[in-house]
Amino acid sequence: MLTQYSIVGILFLGAMAFGAFTIVLSRILQSHRPYPEKLETYECGMETQGTAWVQFKTSYFLYALVFLIFDIETIFLYPFAVKFQSLGLFAIVEMFIFFIILIIGFWYAWKEGALEWQ
Amino acid sequence: MEFLNNIFVYIAQWIRETLAALGFTPVWVEMGMGTVYLVSILGVCTLAALFYVLWERKLAGYIQYRPGPNRLGPNGWFQTVADAIKLLTKEDVVPCGADKPVHLLAPVFIFVPTVLALAVVPFGKGMAAIDLDLGIFYLIAVTSLSTIPIFMGGWGSNNKYSLLGAMRAVAQMISYEIPLVFSLLGVVLITGTLQLQGIVAAQSNIWFVFLQPVAFLIFIIAATAETNRAPFDLPEGESELTAGIYTEYSGMKWALFFLAEYCNLFIVSAIGVTVFLGGWQGPLLPSWVWFLIKTHLLFSFFIWIRWTFPRIRVDQLMNFGWKFLVPLSLANVFITGIGVYIYYNGLGW
Repeated sequence: MLTQYSIVGILFLGAMAFGAFTIVLSRILQSHRPYPEKLETYECGMETQGTAWVQFKTSYFLYALVFLIFDIETIFLYPFAVKFQSLGLFAIVEMFIFFIILIIGFWYAWKEGALEWQ
Repeated sequence: MEFLNNIFVYIAQWIRETLAALGFTPVWVEMGMGTVYLVSILGVCTLAALFYVLWERKLAGYIQYRPGPNRLGPNGWFQTVADAIKLLTKEDVVPCGADKPVHLLAPVFIFVPTVLALAVVPFGKGMAAIDLDLGIFYLIAVTSLSTIPIFMGGWGSNNKYSLLGAMRAVAQMISYEIPLVFSLLGVVLITGTLQLQGIVAAQSNIWFVFLQPVAFLIFIIAATAETNRAPFDLPEGESELTAGIYTEYSGMKWALFFLAEYCNLFIVSAIGVTVFLGGWQGPLLPSWVWFLIKTHLLFSFFIWIRWTFPRIRVDQLMNFGWKFLVPLSLANVFITGIGVYIYYNGLGW
């Protein structure tokens, strides 16, 4: 079990090393002649106005909140789905209650306009 | 026949025995095997990307009634090799306003979720690098990580196009992740296991695409959106955002994003095949050949979708995801649950 996850660790490091290696390799092979105009931010030839680091639209935040709720819920649902067959009637009633609560929340978010794109 | 079927398993076994015979302790043998898996996964990634970039251009050409790349090598088959060499030697331009460490780290990180996801994909009988008990759950967790490097790239570039693209990418990927997760949940309800080899074995009689047709449809749509491909290619919609997140990337850094994009599509096809289309199971041919054939067909299907449908608007995208796919996938899980219960216990309460 632990060895399996240590292999995941090796893959993690290896994947990063692969990315770093190719970038370094291309750094060695490429020609590098920068000049100020080339290093400007690309905006189709216009001069850049200010930075791009601005505040976010609030719609994104609402979607993120709803996403978070659903994502946590999936963490509960997966172990439940694995054991579903051995739990019998209890599981199906439980699932019914769980889904009702979830759907009420979802309906509320829908009604309040959290899912509208403005 | 049996030998061909197990050829990769034999090779892995041989390497393991050789390492053990050389006097390494079991821990180091495992570490050595990890490195072997790493090299083979990177090989699969690179080969798949090189092949599918060309295949997509070819197929797109045929769909649009033109030959596609056909100059370099027989029928243009060396085109991507030449492109790769060109990209490797291209100048890497970092804009002066960029957040340099973030801008540099994004393409380094973009490959991590891809490689981690390929580790559990069963390429054939007994041919998953690591057959985790958590299988599907691990896959979902790892593939959703790819939002982070994409957002890093968009933010680090300090370019309005990039940032808009990155915001759209994140919003889209989190919105379509929920239907994707729920569509796989239906299959887990039927099999009662998260292990991918177990799910493949459960499909020896009937493929889950026949038991879960709605889930398969949701999976295809959500997977297209997760990989940011047309008709859901808003994050890099060329006509409005230049190149979206990739605007300020050039040379090898851009190539890494591109490579990861194609690998991700390969992974998504592989997951679709494993979970819904019977995985590596099939008559006569070796299991890994079946796996590759099915994955290739599903990949081609994704290409077909891309070159057939026009891009949709961002509000349509969000509405479709939240107001149609999420309720539909919830209903699918619920009905599957009831169906599984009736199948095992009968109607007598």
